[in-house]
Amino acid sequence: MTARAGGTAIADDGARSPGAGRAGAPPRPAADHRRRPHRSRGLRLVPWLFLAPALILFLYFKYIPMARGLWMSFFNVRPFLGDEWIGLANYGRVFTDESFRSAMGHTLVLATAQTAGAMILGFVLALLLEGKARTLWVVRSAAFLPVVTAIAVVGEVWRLLYFAGDQGMLNTLFGLLGFGPEKFLDDPRTALWWVILVGVWKHAPYDMMIILAGLAGIDRQHYEAAALEGASLLQRIRHVTIPALRPVITILVTLACIRGLRVFTEVFVLTGGGPAGATDVVMTRIYALGFDAGDLGFASAASVLLFLTTLVLTVAVTVYRRRREI
Amino acid sequence: MFDTALGWGWGRRHPVASATRLLLYAAVVVVFCGPLLAVFSGAFDAGADPSRMSLIPHDPTLENFQVAAEQGLWHFFLNSVVIAGGALLLQVAVSVFAAYALARKRFRGQALVLLAILATMMLPEEIIAIPLSLVLGDLPLLHLDLRGSLLGVILPLGGWGFSIFVMSEFMKEIPAELEEAARVDGASEMRIFGQIILPLCRPALGVIVIFGFTMIWDQYLLPLIVAETPDDYTLTVALASLRSDPSVGPGALLAGSLLALLPSLAVYLAFQRTFMSGLVAGAVKG
Repeated sequence: MTARAGGTAIADDGARSPGAGRAGAPPRPAADHRRRPHRSRGLRLVPWLFLAPALILFLYFKYIPMARGLWMSFFNVRPFLGDEWIGLANYGRVFTDESFRSAMGHTLVLATAQTAGAMILGFVLALLLEGKARTLWVVRSAAFLPVVTAIAVVGEVWRLLYFAGDQGMLNTLFGLLGFGPEKFLDDPRTALWWVILVGVWKHAPYDMMIILAGLAGIDRQHYEAAALEGASLLQRIRHVTIPALRPVITILVTLACIRGLRVFTEVFVLTGGGPAGATDVVMTRIYALGFDAGDLGFASAASVLLFLTTLVLTVAVTVYRRRREI
Repeated sequence: MFDTALGWGWGRRHPVASATRLLLYAAVVVVFCGPLLAVFSGAFDAGADPSRMSLIPHDPTLENFQVAAEQGLWHFFLNSVVIAGGALLLQVAVSVFAAYALARKRFRGQALVLLAILATMMLPEEIIAIPLSLVLGDLPLLHLDLRGSLLGVILPLGGWGFSIFVMSEFMKEIPAELEEAARVDGASEMRIFGQIILPLCRPALGVIVIFGFTMIWDQYLLPLIVAETPDDYTLTVALASLRSDPSVGPGALLAGSLLALLPSLAVYLAFQRTFMSGLVAGAVKG
């Protein structure tokens, strides 16, 4: 509040609008206003001038596209023939179209499994790598590398690791361990799970880092007290660590779910939705419908639904944060 | 006794337990870094077919880069660099300007502006891909076609809610006295912004530069929908076109991957501390 007082004085300076004279604004001599009436009117514009670049970019590249997408979702978009208003028919198709429904199913499986997998692995890693020792710091930094690697690179590298021949790198490893060879991304029954594994690999270290920050905030005395009462390691984790981390975990899970629902690049690079649609997710379907098939109305309706789903999740996590004040 | 949740202090005294822990650490490093190390070695390995991917090149060579260069590797890399440079500059400038207004000014409609910026964070390229490609092909009012130009990638990346919020949270903490003293001395608005507020924001600038770069370098869908011909591809998008080459197999792809990997890796390793502080703040608060 104090930091803003200066700004308050300027924004309201000389402007006898209903909003003027807010508490906290230091009184200015009246003569000031009479001497420089033009400047003070200009000053009211100052914040807007500073905001203008951001607002113009957002208008052109976020709001106008969103509005246009919403508008298109009610039309049968036909190039050269003119668009035809069809009401909610596109939305109906989203729920009845066979390939889209299976893509929605895959997306739900992927978002859930990837979120849970990354969270569990991240939690275990965090417990394992907590501590101040230099070695631990090095191991943590190394484990974090997948997070900063561009997702396209991750996809291409894993495509090679997943090479289906029995000469592939992972298959060689599997051979040493005495099982395989796997067909990985070429097998429609398991391809989705191999895609999910890549996401877990990329996102688990992120969860680990955030959980580590949470672990650092837990009072050591709680552990001591639990140990004195004879609690085992698992009991301590269950009754001390996890409750303390619950807010962080809730937020991480929600954000990961949102990310999982609109996953695109990983799947597009790894499989392109194949084989035979076995790994098609909502976004790869929208991409195919919009850019390959030119079915813009349908693709837009699906995008709007995807937006609404992520909106609900975002609002939920925001409300949760407000209530918890974190 | 309990430095950590696991309370593993005893490990130091038991050789078996210590060895177990070291083995676990090694496993973690191999699992998470192994695939990336394989890129390093594969990029320099002659005939690096998937069957021979390993951590050390069998037959060191630069041939992979030569083959990739023939397919336009450096052109794609240049596209990526120009986009990263331009978009980052624009993004940082736009963010500090907007944050200054949000953090240091009071004006009517402020809450609405905050909400409007927050809303953009729910509209990533994935959600608006289809209409965005139409808008980019014919900007309303201006009637410019940005498809097939690097500007088509740069401009949409210019506004990023995350960096506006990080910056504005930081600017709010700067005491008002500094600004008021300058105002009494008759300093202009731009002078206060440029010479008083901005120099104090260096830590936050570090965070938004590093995160901005990582975010821009990671872009995939946006350059993909802006591109009209494969010539417009950024390095990340072009990787797919390097996938198989008759002479070096996946060697060209690995050379390209290495080039796409190095800049973000370098930024992360060089600014790790800033990176982590921004990460935790961003995840828990932002």
